[in-house]
Amino acid sequence: MHMADAPYDFPDARGHFGPYGGVFVAETLIPALTELRQAYEAALADPAFAAEFNYELKHYVGRPSPIYHAKRWSELLGGAQIYLKREDLNHTGAHKVNNCIGQAMLARRMGKPRVIAETGAGQHGVATATVAARYGMECVVYMGSEDVRRQAANVYRMKLLGATVVPVESGSRTLKDALNEAMRDWVTHIGNTFYIIGTVAGPHPYPMMVRDFQAIIGQECIEQMPEMVGRQPDYVIACVGGGSNAMGIFHPYIEHKDVRLIGVEAAGSGIETGMHAASLSAGRPGVLHGNRTYLLQNEDGQIIETHSISAGLDYPGVGPEHAWLKDIQRAEYVGITDAEALQAFHNLCRFEGIIPALESSHALAYAAKLAPTLPKDKVLLVNLSGRGDKDMHTVAEKSGIQF
Amino acid sequence: MSRIQQTFTRLAGEGRKALIPFITAGDPNPEMTLPLMQALVAGGADIIELGVPFSDPMADGPTIQRASERALAAGMSMRRVLDIVRSFRATGDQTPVVLMGYANPIEAMGVEPFVKATAEAGADGVLVVDYPPEECRGFAESCRAGGLDPIFLLAPTSTEKRFEDVAAVGGGYIYYVSLKGVTGSATLDLDEVARRIPAIREKVGMPVGVGFGIRDGATAAKIAALADAVVIGSRIIEEIESSAPGEAPSRVTAFLRGVREAMDAAGGAR
Ligand SMILES: Cc1ncc(COP(=O)(O)O)c(C=O)c1O
Repeated sequence: MHMADAPYDFPDARGHFGPYGGVFVAETLIPALTELRQAYEAALADPAFAAEFNYELKHYVGRPSPIYHAKRWSELLGGAQIYLKREDLNHTGAHKVNNCIGQAMLARRMGKPRVIAETGAGQHGVATATVAARYGMECVVYMGSEDVRRQAANVYRMKLLGATVVPVESGSRTLKDALNEAMRDWVTHIGNTFYIIGTVAGPHPYPMMVRDFQAIIGQECIEQMPEMVGRQPDYVIACVGGGSNAMGIFHPYIEHKDVRLIGVEAAGSGIETGMHAASLSAGRPGVLHGNRTYLLQNEDGQIIETHSISAGLDYPGVGPEHAWLKDIQRAEYVGITDAEALQAFHNLCRFEGIIPALESSHALAYAAKLAPTLPKDKVLLVNLSGRGDKDMHTVAEKSGIQF
Repeated sequence: MSRIQQTFTRLAGEGRKALIPFITAGDPNPEMTLPLMQALVAGGADIIELGVPFSDPMADGPTIQRASERALAAGMSMRRVLDIVRSFRATGDQTPVVLMGYANPIEAMGVEPFVKATAEAGADGVLVVDYPPEECRGFAESCRAGGLDPIFLLAPTSTEKRFEDVAAVGGGYIYYVSLKGVTGSATLDLDEVARRIPAIREKVGMPVGVGFGIRDGATAAKIAALADAVVIGSRIIEEIESSAPGEAPSRVTAFLRGVREAMDAAGGAR
């Protein structure tokens, strides 16, 4: 099913990307989603909203983020040139804040004084807590108790910022369970609460709205790459958990048909071991968290536990737009194991003086695999979605070091 | 006329309201579910809502989440739920059974195979929490063609436009969720229920059941005065949870009988 020459225009009015996306929620949430959709449409039609968003991105986040030529690492790899889009330099240390500002601005417009969020690695929770502090909003962050343990430093950061962190003990105690719990909070406090979803998942309009807020990443690249190398890259590579940093950098490139888009999923201990989080590579379509998409599930349709060294990729679903881009073959999705990601993590530290997030290290690892197979004049643009300070503990543990 | 419609027609003739208890199939283990269904009937159930456990029950509170986790840990699956319905029918019991759950286990089985197997097992209706009308026209049609009533939710926040959307695809009865929140939440707003039910009944032309937050006979009686059916879930699961092994059926029957008597006493006064 190839959309030959029709311009890419998804989702449709009801939030569908082909068979994916949609609004698969209980009736109790339908009015809240309708209200949100209308508020978002009104904001899009208001130039003042875009102006404020851009102002915040510039002065609070520090955008535009630079693109950096990882020259030494590229030379060592001996093939294509690797460029890094430095989302790690954003305020709060990852791309997540772009989306949080957009949604918090909407919450203010809608008169909702309380924001809630789910978080895995803690980056989205930190970004939400940050923006809530900045706007004077009450903030509650749901986090699987397993992730609370893995990401203790980020839990403390959220508390410093005035947020309440609620450990979630149900299910696998990770990101998906935090999302379930945040949905339950939302449906219970619908009048005064705005749910800031951290990735391009959830029911419509979230996948579209989060993508739109994150698309600033790709929009900047479209301007910056010609300035740096005189043309657009041959490949754009990004890690995919829920898929927001990837959608953000992919979306403006979709119509640039010569640019290959590669999403990198967490292959954990290896796809063949079953211990991974590669929904697109190894899952089947189904319905979870308000949308239809590829899911890791057993034959009875129960969602199965995922495994990844990086908490931010440890999610059994994926944004519905990625499911669609896979089916129409506009993007390709590959897997990188824990070990490969760790290797790339260390290499970037040693050869470029940049400590990347473990999530982003998956994209880096794929670039490191691909680069040597290509001539030196090929250009790979990798979304360095976040910095690795939060991962010190995990990496040290892997190397047998205790703080 | 479906078995669910027949039930409501008969009850209307008797001047009584339907009592619809909910349990999760496989909680605390698959062997207990048939005796518990029979215990519900003995306690005065008119229709049984049988929960199909799901790993991610987004719309449920802690009590039903725990029931789901226990059932899955005990090896429950969609096929085993259907086996239980089949064995319930094999006892000759004609109490309508409504399967209530989430979309993914149904989609994993495939909609057509699910509808066929569910109807063959002897179930009467299906309520899929995360299938709002706009996402499941095809599913609702398949259900109706296969002899199953597709049952939908309405909420205090639903607009009149939603009543129409639901009327266009729904069957059997409407499940009015009496409060904002998840299953098992604390209090319910009787005034709200009193205000909304007549409008819903008129717009959708189906009996309206009320659930979420009903925990005792007194509240059930008040709801019964306003609506066509009373749905009780979390409170029954708590009864099962706190029972010693083997005692759950008798305790469930005793609890439900109290609710039944309170409802019928109030209904008789009308
Ligand atoms: C740095 C970083 N990159 C990527 C992700 C994965 O999310 P997404 O796929 O939505 O970009 C996370 C999530 O926490 C993250 O913190």
